[in-house]
Amino acid sequence: MDTTLSNFGNVFAFLALGIVFVAGGYLTARMLRPSRPNPAKNSTYECGEEAVGSAWVKFNIRFYVVALIFIIFDVEVVFLYPWATVFKHLGVFALVEALLFAAILILGLAYAWVKGDLDWVRPTPNIPTMPEMPSGKSASERG
Amino acid sequence: MILTPMLHFSMPLLMGSTLNAWSEALAGFNPMGLPLGLVILAAIPLVFIALYSLTYGVYGERKISAFMQDRLGPMEVGKWGILQTIADILKLLQKEDIVPTSADKFLFVVGPGILFVGSFLAFAVLPFSSAFIGANLNVGLFYAIGIVALEVVGILAAGWGSNNKWSLYGAVRSVAQIVSYEIPAAIALLCGAMMAGTLDMQKITMLQSGSFGFAHFYLFHSPIAWLPFLIYFIASLAEVNRAPFDIPEAESELVAGYFTEYSGMKFAVIFLAEYGSMFMVSAIISIVFLGGWNSPLPSIGSFALNEWTSGPVWGVFWLIMKGFFFIFVQMWLRWTLPRLRVDQLMYLCWKVLTPFAFISFVLTAVWEIYVP
Repeated sequence: MDTTLSNFGNVFAFLALGIVFVAGGYLTARMLRPSRPNPAKNSTYECGEEAVGSAWVKFNIRFYVVALIFIIFDVEVVFLYPWATVFKHLGVFALVEALLFAAILILGLAYAWVKGDLDWVRPTPNIPTMPEMPSGKSASERG
Repeated sequence: MILTPMLHFSMPLLMGSTLNAWSEALAGFNPMGLPLGLVILAAIPLVFIALYSLTYGVYGERKISAFMQDRLGPMEVGKWGILQTIADILKLLQKEDIVPTSADKFLFVVGPGILFVGSFLAFAVLPFSSAFIGANLNVGLFYAIGIVALEVVGILAAGWGSNNKWSLYGAVRSVAQIVSYEIPAAIALLCGAMMAGTLDMQKITMLQSGSFGFAHFYLFHSPIAWLPFLIYFIASLAEVNRAPFDIPEAESELVAGYFTEYSGMKFAVIFLAEYGSMFMVSAIISIVFLGGWNSPLPSIGSFALNEWTSGPVWGVFWLIMKGFFFIFVQMWLRWTLPRLRVDQLMYLCWKVLTPFAFISFVLTAVWEIYVP
């Protein structure tokens, strides 16, 4: 009987050993370290100030857009990988097909570009200006 | 009963030049039905990560940083501070492990683990030498790109689980950065896969061997191969959150990013994962573009430098040296380039690297078809 594992079995061995290593590290540290918690020590770190509210809040929607664009591109790149291994044997026909495929991908990039989805919102500086003085220099001239 | 696997274990060791001989022998070493060999096979890269992170990773980075800033660096523990990292580890082991009351306990504990396992699993497909590879997958390169995504889950778990504003912003920035730069990185590696015509890491390396040494490397395979090489190098910096792409941990604005709340062993695990990833991307770029375990030295006439410096043991040396070289460049860049702003980061990724990655993809495809 063949007792050796397939190559993905080796990957599984890596996974198991990685988990054992992390768990072992945690356990060793648990045995060695002191544990004297107090409310101040266990509070959320906010530069010494008392934390205001929870951190589980809404954040910039831009991150979500980036994730969406990533999904589209990543899935399409994934399709190109099997092609990359055989395209030398398939010749010009497969090359043209892949280039068409890439063209659609680039079209998608151009669309996202034109729509402004690739731009990060820059803060627009809102500098308050003084009303014009009756005499002397204006606020902007004084800098 | 025990003797038979032992024989099976020692035979390929003698003819060490056979491809994957050591690792296959180890994988088949099952005394008394226990897959002990498999554990040893996985333990070798683990020990390597730990040793390299502690020596070159932490101590080396501190010394190199110090050298670049005209300082001395750690000098207290041992001669020239060489025992500094051991002292650090002992200290970290004894440190109290603080879990904030408001944190999500499960995510907080699991986050560093996922991060480390994700980084460690990629080591399974790195061919360390002509005879050693953890798992000789025929989709090795693809697997290596895919498994990096596990780190994103770990970072998000750590950042969200901490329930800390610094951590959340660090994590979200980090994830946005990693997933964005994964696109140019994947397309650049695709060019490497196209040149090789395979995704098997061991075969990609084999195809770059020859008596002219470095001249066979894929970096010199075609006149445009330097473009995906450069794109992957830049993108890999972003994927491992190194300067100039270190806004996820930007210490001057986000304290420490997604690991702000971590202390003790959990912090050490995150550290190991980070240095592990640094070596991982450096090894991948070495394997795909710089011949992996192949000797870069050319043979000149009867002066067979290439043959003298090839072999399973030399292979380990070359791969690690190439990896260390790229890590050195990463450390060097940290003290050379200022940190990018978040809009510059997105600009560079989507409007510079991705279009250029597509250009290199098209040019490589055309080159491979028309120029044999």
